Amino acid sequence: MSAQSYPNRWKRPPVLLTNPFWRRMIYAGALVYLALALQSVEIDWHRVWLGLDRGWKFVEGFLLPDFTTRWRDIREGLVESLTMTVTSTVAGILVSVPIGIGAARNLAPAPVYLLCRGIITLSRSFQEVIIAILLVAMFGFGPFAGFLTLSFATIGFLSKLLAEDIEECDRSQIEAIRATGAGWWQVVNYAVQPQVMPRLVGLSLYRLDINFRESAVIGIVGAGGIGATLNTAIDRYEYDSAGAILIIIIAIVLVVEYSSSWIRRWVQ
Amino acid sequence: MLELNQLSKTYATGDTALSQVSFEVPAGQVVGLIGPSGAGKSTLIRCINRLVEPSAGKVILSGSNLVTLRGNALRRARRRIGMIFQEYALVERLTVMENVLSGRLGYVPAWRSFLRRYSPEDVTKAFSLLDQVGLSDHFNKRADALSGGQRQRVGIARALEQDPELLLVDEPTASLDPKTSRQIMRLIGSACRERNLPAIINIHDVLLAQQFTDRIIGLKAGEVVFDGKPEALTDQVLTRIYGDEDWTRMRGEENTGEASEAPTVDLAEGV
Repeated sequence: MSAQSYPNRWKRPPVLLTNPFWRRMIYAGALVYLALALQSVEIDWHRVWLGLDRGWKFVEGFLLPDFTTRWRDIREGLVESLTMTVTSTVAGILVSVPIGIGAARNLAPAPVYLLCRGIITLSRSFQEVIIAILLVAMFGFGPFAGFLTLSFATIGFLSKLLAEDIEECDRSQIEAIRATGAGWWQVVNYAVQPQVMPRLVGLSLYRLDINFRESAVIGIVGAGGIGATLNTAIDRYEYDSAGAILIIIIAIVLVVEYSSSWIRRWVQ
Repeated sequence: MLELNQLSKTYATGDTALSQVSFEVPAGQVVGLIGPSGAGKSTLIRCINRLVEPSAGKVILSGSNLVTLRGNALRRARRRIGMIFQEYALVERLTVMENVLSGRLGYVPAWRSFLRRYSPEDVTKAFSLLDQVGLSDHFNKRADALSGGQRQRVGIARALEQDPELLLVDEPTASLDPKTSRQIMRLIGSACRERNLPAIINIHDVLLAQQFTDRIIGLKAGEVVFDGKPEALTDQVLTRIYGDEDWTRMRGEENTGEASEAPTVDLAEGV
């Protein structure tokens, strides 16, 4: 055996920017931009100091929350928010499933695919708050605008993720069911549904959670619910009531979060 | 009886997977299709039940050409052709029973299959097939709870539930150990003999093919380069199909292993 010498050093070659000149230029450019951008931010330290003071009042309200004084308003807002959340999630899921199936390239013909992808893109291109502002202008203040907003946002979210999940399905299972002579509905029911069901349940619960949180946000722009109550409390400088509302929101989100993770494990 | 006539397939990428393949398979004959990876074995059997669209040629099953069928006629043709897959291709989250009953999908309307309301005959047939493949106790288990050999047995039951006129088998033993492989091949062989079913089995393992098939077709680069009895598969023929290799050595090693195996045919063994 002849002793051949092999190198004992190895360095991973750069993957993205292979040209050393451009690599250095881009890194340097990014640093310069960061420095300039930081300089352009104007900070009024006096205002920050005032804000800290107000923030401390908020913390005090949070530590001594007042559930009782505004309890009727809080309860009304909560019931409205929860109703909005549940109805919009259910309505959203009912619309999302057919659109999600239509937006899966491996199941839908090209025109249906493009139409459904178009609906998804439209729904995803606007943030909830913007849709809420539009719908409040159209249908007036109150939970109906909120319900429509959340349903619309749910469609974009669920359909997209469902479609992607369908596209990632194990192809051999679909092929096997197709090979038995099954029709399109039967392929969906026997080969696709069992594969995507756990994830669909998980995503729906996750969306329920998101919708509740969003219902608090869109309330601020007039779409009813606990957000409206919170907004009123802050406007009146009633930080103790606001603290109570925040605590209730956190508690509900925690309960939904915990129970949904439990349900997801159970349906797996 | 199955007849392939000048069957060709060229993929959109320009690769020719099959060129002018012609042969006949009479009822009850089990054909082993061998050849190197990429020779077109999978494409060939998928062209028969149109999971892959052939570019030219005819596939004639019991007198009707399958290549021109569309829509419902294609469904009715597919339900006559049972297929068994390499990685079993069971629907993992469905029960064993649902997987077997899915063999009836080509026969029942969608609402019936959706509600799982199969006719008593279909259900009885499924139970009897599960018993024949040695899985009578497992019908309510989820398919992903079974071992590889058990899953392939469910795959066989699903194909037979179709009352097929032809069995297409794609690498049935590729993910199984040698003993289970033999049991599965034996099971497929006896199922075909009982029902006088023709079958085409894609298989990598030349010795298994020789042991369990009536006829061997060798495919190389999309063309039939051998068609004959398993005994006629000499070292020269193997070299023609696969290229140079020490074939004598391969046979020698396998024969010593073969001698120790029990000769009894028990379909449910090792379950």
